[in-house]
Amino acid sequence: MIIQLHNINKTYYSAAPLHVLKGINLGIEAGEMVSIMGASGSGKSTLLNILGILDTYDTGEYLLNGQLISNLSESRAAEYRNRLIGFIFQSFNLITFKNAMENVALPLYYQGIRRKKRNVVAMEYLDMVGLRDWADHMPNELSGGQKQRVAIARALIAQPKIILADEPTGALDSVTTEEVIALLRKVNQERGMTMIIVTHEASVANATDKIIRLRDGLIENIEAPHHV
Amino acid sequence: MFDFDDLREIWSTMKKNKLRTFLTGFSVAWGIFMLIVLLAAGNGLRNGIAANFDRWAANMVEIWPRYTTKPYDGLPSNRRIEFTERDIAAIKRSFPEVDLISGISYRNDTISYGKEYLNANIRAVYPDYCRIVYMPIPSGSGRFINEPDMHGRRKSIVISQPMIKVLFRDSLPALGRYVKISGAMFKIIGIYKQEESNSDNVAYIPFTTGQLLFDRGYRVGDIDFTVKGLNTEVASIAFEKKLRSRIARLHRFDSDDKNALGYYDMGNEFRMWHGMNNGIAMFIWIIGIGTLMAGIVGVSNIMLITVRERTKEFGIRKAIGAKPLSILKMIIVESILVTAVFGYIGMISGIGLSEAINYAMNIAREASGESSNDTVIFRNPTVSLGISVSATIVLIIAGVLAGYFPARKAIKITAIEAMREE
Repeated sequence: MIIQLHNINKTYYSAAPLHVLKGINLGIEAGEMVSIMGASGSGKSTLLNILGILDTYDTGEYLLNGQLISNLSESRAAEYRNRLIGFIFQSFNLITFKNAMENVALPLYYQGIRRKKRNVVAMEYLDMVGLRDWADHMPNELSGGQKQRVAIARALIAQPKIILADEPTGALDSVTTEEVIALLRKVNQERGMTMIIVTHEASVANATDKIIRLRDGLIENIEAPHHV
Repeated sequence: MFDFDDLREIWSTMKKNKLRTFLTGFSVAWGIFMLIVLLAAGNGLRNGIAANFDRWAANMVEIWPRYTTKPYDGLPSNRRIEFTERDIAAIKRSFPEVDLISGISYRNDTISYGKEYLNANIRAVYPDYCRIVYMPIPSGSGRFINEPDMHGRRKSIVISQPMIKVLFRDSLPALGRYVKISGAMFKIIGIYKQEESNSDNVAYIPFTTGQLLFDRGYRVGDIDFTVKGLNTEVASIAFEKKLRSRIARLHRFDSDDKNALGYYDMGNEFRMWHGMNNGIAMFIWIIGIGTLMAGIVGVSNIMLITVRERTKEFGIRKAIGAKPLSILKMIIVESILVTAVFGYIGMISGIGLSEAINYAMNIAREASGESSNDTVIFRNPTVSLGISVSATIVLIIAGVLAGYFPARKAIKITAIEAMREE
């Protein structure tokens, strides 16, 4: 199991304490492609942030690739994120003043890989997502689908153990959504990459192996998708 | 820890954000430029005023021998005191604060050249005398008395421009000609500048020559010297008292017998000059510090906005694996690069402008002749390199700190929150 969660609890203390995750137990096998669904406020984004070591949990146990993720320093967390996790965001989160290739290559910069080498690798990944000819373009010259494909290449370049996608198609139209999901599926199948996708779109969830439904901070059920 | 690749990453960020880089840089360059130009203007004012009051720049003391009015140590009163070179040696030995010293012997006599003549006060002085009293000898107008004149007891004479006009009716170049005093021929070696309003005719000859002619070869008329460090009236009074008792011991008269020794000092004028100088210096520093602070505030503001603007970028970088320290390092190195490069540009252009103005003023002054010298209140508007460099360094440090504090705050924001920023 690449991901093991035991009784994860998370409370946000603002004006009134908000118990967001009320004891999540979950195991995800390497190579699985799962989706997380749930109404807004059900805790799916919080869960994804904890999985991505962008947020901490209060009690419980989170094992990623066999390592206990708990009380990490900022630098340690950054290192784990860099080597184990690739992120895909709804709003793409590309750096606006870097071109496609530089955006893709950025995770390798933080691994200390030389510029020439990381640009060569970045071009390979851009080629894989079908954007080799767009390498010199800035994010604002790319369409939404293209931006998300650049983001996918960036998430993959460090060869992480898992890919976490937060509403990856939320800003895309139906045609590009299909393309992006097909690309993710391809990566999952060809590379055996574990993928966890948070979505509220049934079509996206149905393209995955397993749908995890969250409700009020608890896993309501885990079901197989309805293939149409 | 830090290599070329990091610099390249920072360089590409700066290149892609030209406006931001330029704005930060411009505020640094402008701050330094204005600082140097204002300091230069202040210095120009100070130099100009200082040049007009040069005669007060040295604290001169003059003493001369008189008659005793009290009996002392078995000696009667109404005894004449006479100075010799022994007194000069004693003053030098006993008062290390005495800087330049000159004995003076003098006589009023007629100076003549051909049919022209005038009455003048002829003073025999040491070479240092021209630095004790203010005596400008313009270039091309010869020199003051020097050591060889003294050793050779030469018959050399330094006279003033108005005297030249009378003796030579400005028909001849006077330098090097001989004038006659009591049957002896003196060669004119220098012509000093004197304001037209001053009608004193004073001529200077080597002390050794004059002593032989006027004072039987051993006497000294007056003694003039400059004293360092008499910045207060109290110090001036204390010095006078010490000096009087030293001379009294040497000549065996009552040190309270004020009549035995004539004493005059320029303390008041000197202190006024000093105060004026300090006042202008303070004014310059207030301008300087004010400008520097304005520059620091400008740089800080832009760094603050820059860091805020980049919060999202920092969040993205953190999410894909940037350590907080590497982001902090990136911001600080970027601000050092920008402030150093533009600070240097500002410094060079500030120095360039002030030197150019100085050069133009010098040309203009030479073109309009010497007479304009008297009324100029603006002179050498330049700033020392040391001050320019330290001001630039202060601004660079300010830029770095101004980047550091907001950056430290920015990297404390979690990646999720930072990425939510727009």
